[in-house]
Amino acid sequence: MGSNIILKVENLGKQYRLGLVGTGTISHDLNRWWNKIRGKHDPYLKVGESNNRSEKGNSDYVWAIRNINFEVKRGEVLGIIGKNGAGKSTLLKILSRVTSPTIGNIKTKGRIASLLEVGTGFHPEMTGKENIYLNGAILGMTKSEINSKIDEIIEFSGCLRYVDTPVKRYSSGMKVRLAFAVAAFLEPDILVVDEVLAVGDAEFQKKAIGKMQDISNSDGRTVLFVSHNMAAVRSLCTRGMLIENGEISAISDVDTIIEKYLDKNTVRNTFNPKNRSGNGIVQVSDISIYGKTKKLPPENNQSFKIDIDLLNTQKINSAQLRLDLKINDYLGQRVAWLSNYLSDIDRVEEIKNVTFSVPRLNLNQGSYFITIDLYVDKVRSDFLQNVISFDVMDGNFYNNGRHIPIQESKILMDFNTEINGRNE
Amino acid sequence: MKITEDNWLYVISPRKKLIDFNFKEIWRYKDLLFLFVKRDIITLYKQTILGPLWYLIQPLFTSLIFTLIFNNLADIPVNEGVPNFLFNLAGITAWNYFKECLIGTSDTFKKNENIFGKVYFPRVIMPMSVVVSNLLKFGIQLLVLLSFYIYYVGFAEPRYTILPQFNLILFPVLVVFMALLGLGFGMIISSMTTKYRDLTFLVQFGVQLLMYGSAVMYPMVYFKDKLPNYYWLIEWNPIAIIVESFRTMVFGVGDLDSNKLIYTAVMSCLIFLIGLVVFNKTEKSFIDTI
Repeated sequence: MGSNIILKVENLGKQYRLGLVGTGTISHDLNRWWNKIRGKHDPYLKVGESNNRSEKGNSDYVWAIRNINFEVKRGEVLGIIGKNGAGKSTLLKILSRVTSPTIGNIKTKGRIASLLEVGTGFHPEMTGKENIYLNGAILGMTKSEINSKIDEIIEFSGCLRYVDTPVKRYSSGMKVRLAFAVAAFLEPDILVVDEVLAVGDAEFQKKAIGKMQDISNSDGRTVLFVSHNMAAVRSLCTRGMLIENGEISAISDVDTIIEKYLDKNTVRNTFNPKNRSGNGIVQVSDISIYGKTKKLPPENNQSFKIDIDLLNTQKINSAQLRLDLKINDYLGQRVAWLSNYLSDIDRVEEIKNVTFSVPRLNLNQGSYFITIDLYVDKVRSDFLQNVISFDVMDGNFYNNGRHIPIQESKILMDFNTEINGRNE
Repeated sequence: MKITEDNWLYVISPRKKLIDFNFKEIWRYKDLLFLFVKRDIITLYKQTILGPLWYLIQPLFTSLIFTLIFNNLADIPVNEGVPNFLFNLAGITAWNYFKECLIGTSDTFKKNENIFGKVYFPRVIMPMSVVVSNLLKFGIQLLVLLSFYIYYVGFAEPRYTILPQFNLILFPVLVVFMALLGLGFGMIISSMTTKYRDLTFLVQFGVQLLMYGSAVMYPMVYFKDKLPNYYWLIEWNPIAIIVESFRTMVFGVGDLDSNKLIYTAVMSCLIFLIGLVVFNKTEKSFIDTI
């Protein structure tokens, strides 16, 4: 049993002092030292609260992470997700030995190398090749290891023509490519990766994800992967861990974890109208917007529903009512107009709810705003401008991983391409 | 299957032990040490016109000024039979190596905050690389000293009859002492500056003051004659002992004091070890305080 576990984290915690280092630093240091020589515990370790940053605490000390316990098996790819500031980076920093824990320990059976940020230690005055050696050595490779891989690294980076040029002449994209290439050819037993895939153009990102998959699948390397890119987490990881306020809130298979995370963290803009106009015979009481299931956020290429509950005290029927729903993009430009007036439905008495459903959502990823205009017998009854917003996630609409840049088009159109030419 | 708890490669835990060095690990990163040295050397004078000539200009001009001020103006005598300029140049060459090691390593944590905050490697590699790359600069300055030496002995009018002593073969040992002292003090200072920035201000002028107390521009005997009450201030200063011994070896004036050399050896090792312990303690958590 134990032999298969490559990394074991036990009761790990890290405490930080809030506020400025300065006033009180020496007095706290002296107090600590005084307690230590008397054989007592550090007086400041007891205090400290869990890390809910939005609340004002009583203590100057907080636990960035606390009570972290988990095990990783050899060859496993563990995705670590959580909100900004949940403690993911602190955990990775401790794992990669950049800083040490306050309590607890980590036991490992392999070398850990981290890709916290690519390009660390690049010297602008040195050439690409010299930087490959330096960067590789910083990441823990020996010179002979780099020698044996230098050609592959240069080829992967796609900077062959520039390897003898100082890095300061590189474009930022080239720097990133070069740095990722070095890191990708590291061969540690455990690789810690933080958000590196967020850089580079789409083509390079694809290459990078492919390389990551190779590392974990064919080489059987253990990877700890932190990202906010759920698509990347889903495609790479086998297991997931959700961190909230510095503590592990769940460890499970990756789909469950992602669902849990999205459920908690999508901005559920609650229906809370402030400015409404109209005579108020029928009023909107609630709107919910969701994707494939009620728990999932909207995603293009998937089904999509807008569910509107109505407060209808005067028993208005569907023939009297007209509900227009307008969708604007974040710039305020109209992208869609839905209405019950456009579809023929049988008359329904005393309506309580209108649901618009889209079988395959064709909006590009981004934020959208909904405006509702409601008429009873051709008189405006309720008007709600930009009453709620929703985010559409990227769901690989064209099924080939390619995207239309958000600024180019809001609408994704289904189409076929036929190319004719001279027949041989 | 038996769960063996002891086959972990390593354990990351809060720092408890005072002395905890992993020499095997440092050895594994030796390539990094040399790559840092290479980086320092090839990038230092990039985009300068005079380039490595700066290695020469600084000691030459300092010696010139010292000769003018201390010997010609203030009439401080140097060892008998030794040209003033050469005396100062020898002192400055030795002193410079110590100074460069100290200043170069004293801001290790602050200067490398960026890289230390992202990747782990034995931090001590960084100050060590500074000491090694300064050796090159030291070597060049020694060559300058050698050329002036040859000039004074062979070509100057009147000729000087100075001759190095046989114990010059101990010279590399002196270099090691200087490196250990510079590195030791540098590591202590760099560790303390992570929390208390005051020390950065102290280093610059502290080094300046130390130079006056290190027998760089006067022979120790002269100090003893003039200010016998304060002689203890420099008598047991290891840097002063090193500078003085260096001149004794090169110019063949006076004798080496073996007691003082042993004392210097002990002090160098002690300072270095203290530096290493403090540095090791700091490297684990400095990223939280810097």
